[in-house]
Amino acid sequence: MKYIGEHLLPGQLGHFFILLFLVGAALASVSYFLSQRAASDTDKIQWKNLGRISFFTQSLSVVAIFGLLFYIIQNHLFEYHYAWKHSSRSLEFKYLLACFWEGQEGSFLLWGLCQSILGLLLIRSAGKWEAPVMSVVSFAQFALATMVTGIYILGWKMGSNPFMLLRDSGVLDNAPALHLNFDVSQPLRPDYLSSIKDGNDLNPLLQNYWMVIHPPVLFMGFASTLIPFAYAIAALWTKQYQDWTKLTLPWALFSTAVLGVGIMMGGMWAYESLSFGGYWAWDPVENASLVPWMTGVAGLHTLLIFKATGHSLRATFLFFILTYLFILYSTFLTRSGILGETSVHAFTDLGMNWQLLSFLLIFTLPALFWFIKSYNQIPTIKKEEETSSREFWMFIGSLVIFLSALVIIGQTSLPVFNKLFNTKLAPPADVEFSYNSVQIYVAIILAFLTAISHYLKYRSTHAAYFWKKMLVPLAISILLSIGFILLGEVAYDRKGPVFQGSIWVAILLSFYTIIANFSYIFIGIKGKLQEAGGSIAHVGFGLVLVGILISSSNKEIISNNINGIPAPLGEGENPRENLTLVKNLPIDMGSYTLTYEGDSAHPKKQLWYYKIRFKKKDGKEEFVLEPNAFVNYKGNQGLMANPSARHYWDHDVFTYITSIPDPANQRDTTQFKSYVQKTGDTIFYANGYMIVDSTKIRKELPKDLFGENGKLYEVPINIFSKTGSKYLVTSRSAFVKGQWIALPDTLSSEGLIVLLEQADETGKVQLGIKQSDAILKYVTLKAYKYPFIKLLWYGVWITAFGLLLSMYNRIKKNRVKSQPA
Amino acid sequence: MKKIHLVLLIFIAASIGVLISYTNTASTYDTIETAMQKPGKFVHLMAKLDKSVPLEYDAIKNPNYLRFTAIDSLGATVPVVYHSAKPENLEMSERIVLKGKYQNGTFVCEEIQTKCPSKYKEAEAKGLKHPGNVPDPRTQP
Repeated sequence: MKYIGEHLLPGQLGHFFILLFLVGAALASVSYFLSQRAASDTDKIQWKNLGRISFFTQSLSVVAIFGLLFYIIQNHLFEYHYAWKHSSRSLEFKYLLACFWEGQEGSFLLWGLCQSILGLLLIRSAGKWEAPVMSVVSFAQFALATMVTGIYILGWKMGSNPFMLLRDSGVLDNAPALHLNFDVSQPLRPDYLSSIKDGNDLNPLLQNYWMVIHPPVLFMGFASTLIPFAYAIAALWTKQYQDWTKLTLPWALFSTAVLGVGIMMGGMWAYESLSFGGYWAWDPVENASLVPWMTGVAGLHTLLIFKATGHSLRATFLFFILTYLFILYSTFLTRSGILGETSVHAFTDLGMNWQLLSFLLIFTLPALFWFIKSYNQIPTIKKEEETSSREFWMFIGSLVIFLSALVIIGQTSLPVFNKLFNTKLAPPADVEFSYNSVQIYVAIILAFLTAISHYLKYRSTHAAYFWKKMLVPLAISILLSIGFILLGEVAYDRKGPVFQGSIWVAILLSFYTIIANFSYIFIGIKGKLQEAGGSIAHVGFGLVLVGILISSSNKEIISNNINGIPAPLGEGENPRENLTLVKNLPIDMGSYTLTYEGDSAHPKKQLWYYKIRFKKKDGKEEFVLEPNAFVNYKGNQGLMANPSARHYWDHDVFTYITSIPDPANQRDTTQFKSYVQKTGDTIFYANGYMIVDSTKIRKELPKDLFGENGKLYEVPINIFSKTGSKYLVTSRSAFVKGQWIALPDTLSSEGLIVLLEQADETGKVQLGIKQSDAILKYVTLKAYKYPFIKLLWYGVWITAFGLLLSMYNRIKKNRVKSQPA
Repeated sequence: MKKIHLVLLIFIAASIGVLISYTNTASTYDTIETAMQKPGKFVHLMAKLDKSVPLEYDAIKNPNYLRFTAIDSLGATVPVVYHSAKPENLEMSERIVLKGKYQNGTFVCEEIQTKCPSKYKEAEAKGLKHPGNVPDPRTQP
């Protein structure tokens, strides 16, 4: 059957390129493998050339697939399931890329694209290592390609194809209106596509600019961990156990920088667009990408030890192999749906678990087997490291960060543990503290080692030299951190004195790291900037630690509610954190007075911006924050809130909407109810009572406005609500140019409208009273104060800069060395 | 033995200790019946909103007080109190995870995690119509 309006060409091309991707990657891997195994030089070169051609082909295919899928999304070709599921016509152009990688298929392609780019760079730079290294890289590409093929092999579905048509996806199977004779057993109507007017859109939480940039950087980070892994495997394979380290070092530096930045960009996205109230929640998805970064950092440091002293080569192998395996493990965790209830933002399960598991095992088992088999052949130095040597303490640091990574991944793997042993364990009550209470000691050890280790020399250090250089930075940091702790009031006593003391120690040592490493640039390497990459990265790391410690321990909820029902707090209960603002009614919140001034809608989407005015009580400052929220947005019922923050040099004020009135209750159906009253009489309403204060009549009125015999009645009424609040409203009625005009008064916090229906000079009045929710526009919000969060962001950028500077420096040194003398 | 091996052993022992103590502090996934059997203990309750009982939430009166009844797949019910804002998609969720403690006849909840059916594949797998955009042409002008 022919269907009207379908564009099948991009999909057909897409299918072709996916097969080419798969075949090209497989062929490249095999060719490189045979090139390495070949006995004669001509065979080696021939196979290598075939490998290169295949790798170029698969790289081009990935680019083509990328372009075709983007074309489909950009042109809203909803006959394709991917476009229908992840995009919509109203989506801004800048988010089209974000919907590209919202789905598993697109993110696998992104990963494949990053690995292709790095593979091409390797072909240029790997020299004699090209064949074995590229064989591993191409095999990884092949594994990724299987994830997007979507073909059936012996009844097993392999991968999920991004070019699947909507009508083949099963989504339309149960929609009778789209089938002939409204019968789902009949084929689709030829004009079915004319009924598919719009797609499901990108998840509103992902409609944020960080979601355009965070995934490419993160996947580049993932891809980069493959290179040290591939070199390590190549070294085990060729039994050249030492030579690979020189070429791997720049890659390891690159990987640490890019993966680290990618992870923290995810944190920035969470901070700016999620209502978790923070940048890090120890969520399994976050942990799963942090752990390979940590093992990679451990590998980077043992690699440096090896290059300087010849120690720690075995550990370097292990750390780099495990880094990539942890990337695969994290892929399995986040994409298989195994995390279930424990994570709020894992991918949707696509039913490819067996395939993801095979992906993990096909790398893990051979790599670890090979490592164990070759363990005794990897050269090692029998002589023990001196305790006064740099390598001794660097190794301890690497060990601590590595074991800390193992502990984190162990804690994160609770759902896997449940599956394996059929238990029903759930994360503990305070998930964050279960991590923080351990990692604070890791931070203390690492900060201390990072501070001192540059002042230690490789092999051994004279005590006098060490102490002479160390003491001044230590003294400065003690003073600085005491000042900070006292002035910044870092008083996090909720978890007891031990934890609080640990935070103080950690802050002190983080300052020490910053100052000691900063001074080292001048003391140790005499201001030579090119050599300073390591020190700069460590300064950045210190800033990251200080930023994390201060912003988390001193995070303050400033929307603590005092106007609710005065219910006593139970033991261990959180204080009431939400505050309701009725429109135009100023409410106290800490040192601010808040007013909800109104809202405005996005021109195309059901996205609302709520205008909240913050006014300092001392009158010094006033600003408006506009947190926004998607309301009942395309299949995402309810409210999806995006925070808004005001940034200062030393803190952020951060707020988001937690509740709004149900739109269904907003229809105003209630009628005015009339009451005939005299002064002093009481009227009861649902939430309290009101007393007519007096009746005033004014006759001396400007004639140009009121005409002849103009009259104005004013009836002030005191309103006493159940909550104990007292209000005054004044209802008016005017006789203007021969006509009565009612000027009702409203009390929005009580939902009251008071209308003066009749009045006369005896003081008898008839009041119309209406109470409804509809006039009550309100929002409920939460607000936080984050001190010194900027230090964290600056620290991340400085660390990355230092790492990349080191990378540049190492690449340059490698070039100089490899040039013939 | 090398010093470094000694350090290694100590750290590995510490890591194992941390992991074991973590599984000891871990909570459990429970049904309403099993949660009621351990009052005062922090559990993860798997349930959904019982729509036959009215839900109590008035953000004007108190934005930090939500009371509703939860029902689990075995049909047991329990009143739930949550001292925070009502999760906006509570009514639509086909499944909720309530984290808290059962105390004196009510389940006092510290955190609610909602699972909305529309975003997940189960709905599609069951052949349910996606709440997105498959309009019925008969109702179109």
